[in-house]
Amino acid sequence: MNIGQSIIEALETLSGNKLRSGLTILGIVIGVGAVIAMLAIGQGAQNTITGAISGIGTNLFFVFSGNHIQEVRNPKPLTLGDAQAMADPFAAPNVMAVAPVIEGSGDVTSGGKTMSVSVTGTTPQYFIMQNYSLLEGDFLTQDNLQGNASAVVIGPGVADRLFDRRNGVVGETIRINAQPFRVVGILKSKGGGMGGSQDNQVIVPFTTAQTRLIHRSVLNQVDQLYIQAVSAKAVPLATDEVKQILRQRHRTPVGVDDFTVFSQADFLSIASTVTGVFTIFLGGIAGISLLVGGIGIMNIMLVSVTERTREIGLRKALGARKRDILIQFLIESSMLSLIGGMIGILLGWFLGFVVGRIAAASGNPFNPAISLNAILLATLFSAAVGLFFGIYPANRAAGLEPVEALRYE
Amino acid sequence: MAKDWVILAKDLMKVYQMGEVEVRALAGVSCNIKRGEVVAIMGPSGSGKSTLMNILGCLDLPSSGKYILDGEAVETLNDDQLADIRNRKVGFIFQSFNLLSRTTALANVELPLRYAGNVPNKKERARAALESVGLGDRISHRPTELSGGQQQRVAIARALVNHPAIIMADEPTGNLDSKVGKEILELLLALNRDKGTTLIIVTHDQAIASQSQRIIHLRDGLVEEKK
Repeated sequence: MNIGQSIIEALETLSGNKLRSGLTILGIVIGVGAVIAMLAIGQGAQNTITGAISGIGTNLFFVFSGNHIQEVRNPKPLTLGDAQAMADPFAAPNVMAVAPVIEGSGDVTSGGKTMSVSVTGTTPQYFIMQNYSLLEGDFLTQDNLQGNASAVVIGPGVADRLFDRRNGVVGETIRINAQPFRVVGILKSKGGGMGGSQDNQVIVPFTTAQTRLIHRSVLNQVDQLYIQAVSAKAVPLATDEVKQILRQRHRTPVGVDDFTVFSQADFLSIASTVTGVFTIFLGGIAGISLLVGGIGIMNIMLVSVTERTREIGLRKALGARKRDILIQFLIESSMLSLIGGMIGILLGWFLGFVVGRIAAASGNPFNPAISLNAILLATLFSAAVGLFFGIYPANRAAGLEPVEALRYE
Repeated sequence: MAKDWVILAKDLMKVYQMGEVEVRALAGVSCNIKRGEVVAIMGPSGSGKSTLMNILGCLDLPSSGKYILDGEAVETLNDDQLADIRNRKVGFIFQSFNLLSRTTALANVELPLRYAGNVPNKKERARAALESVGLGDRISHRPTELSGGQQQRVAIARALVNHPAIIMADEPTGNLDSKVGKEILELLLALNRDKGTTLIIVTHDQAIASQSQRIIHLRDGLVEEKK
């Protein structure tokens, strides 16, 4: 029998029982739609996160205390001394700038309003590395740093909350953990990033932070070092230089570093691994619903075979071979899943679109990305589901004995 | 010689295993049927006439015995070859018509041609078959829109569309009133007269049997030949 004719016949048969076919298709629609939407959301999340990391700057890298891969006994904390050693252009020619960072949290108050923020203590280089720009005022200066000044640069979210405005705030006094600070600058909004919104932070001179706000056990202790290499290409060289300096200063045995160097590339690879796993996880869960849809097809095809036993007997009496019957039922189940797959792609696209809109409305712009791969995968997978779950019922139909099938009431 | 005989059956046995008990539906039936003959198979229920018809129609294989249909030794064939034989050499007519209710009369008649492989002009041949049974104006009606007699005519058109060597009719008038039944029988006999198609009719009805050239009486799986 020719395939085109068989497909038309299968569609006629399926439309003969619209409600049943529709419900069976719905199972596949939901399954494929869920897979497409979840893959799109996962892909979108990956794009957003890697985009955010790329925004950090390609010539930056970071040093933390402790080793995240190996166990190290008594890791020494990073200190200001380490930072100064790295800034030495003779010891580390490929390092352009070093910014020590100490981080904590605190409550800021002004005029009876309070909010909790993250407090960062650092040096003026930090602003350049982070690519911050200002709404008004100035960044922290070297004078602020050396003078232990009570000066603060605040994020726009802090200005909104405390003053209900973003201009004319410079010169105001706010209290951080009950200590008065003068506002010298307001940052431009950068939106959400890793570890929460950067808009809700205050930045104070490193010296001030360590003496008055964030207490650490070791003198001049630093939480992390932001290091800028002279160029993106020089990052590996600069990394080696920084490692050498730290190994010498910390007197660690060979091969057991008590610090960790992270470049943007490392962040990118970790982030894409995490989001990749996340995508597979979401897709897998959605895949379960596709599987359930497939079982629905199998169920309905089995019912259909039983109902049409006489028809099968008749077709065999008229000369249908086993293969003809097999193909007829396989085409029917494949049609169910293929139609479901196509509608499911549209549904998935729509769901992704809605999620993107909701994300945008809640202030975290994020674009679910539907890749051609995902569409191909879902189409192939749904057709395969139809075939796989159609094989057993079709085989059952094809194996019926003509005499018994004709006698079936 | 062999060309005159469309059916040559010798010592056909059919044994069913019903749980522990062996049931002999056919206990050694021999019958030869000439090309162009009209034969009625009669017998009480359980006499094995349906079993004989299934075997003669190649729907089932005998447990033992020899059967040659139109020159082909049937008992040696596999399932697919049997399907081909049914398609090319046998036309079936059933008591309950067995039309596909979802499709038109034309599509029903076309069905055997579609299983026949590369047949040109399927639609035209199906239309011609429908015209020959007097339903040329009903080709796009569905079975539910046709009367019982018309449905059986569609079934007859379907049986003869592939120009089979024999037509097997199992109680063809059983579901029809006597007037329509007579018309259907007339149509079948006319086919036999005009085209020389061999006709085998399984029936309870003495009136139908009396119109045939020969009656094979079955009882307990054996032939009681009387003339």
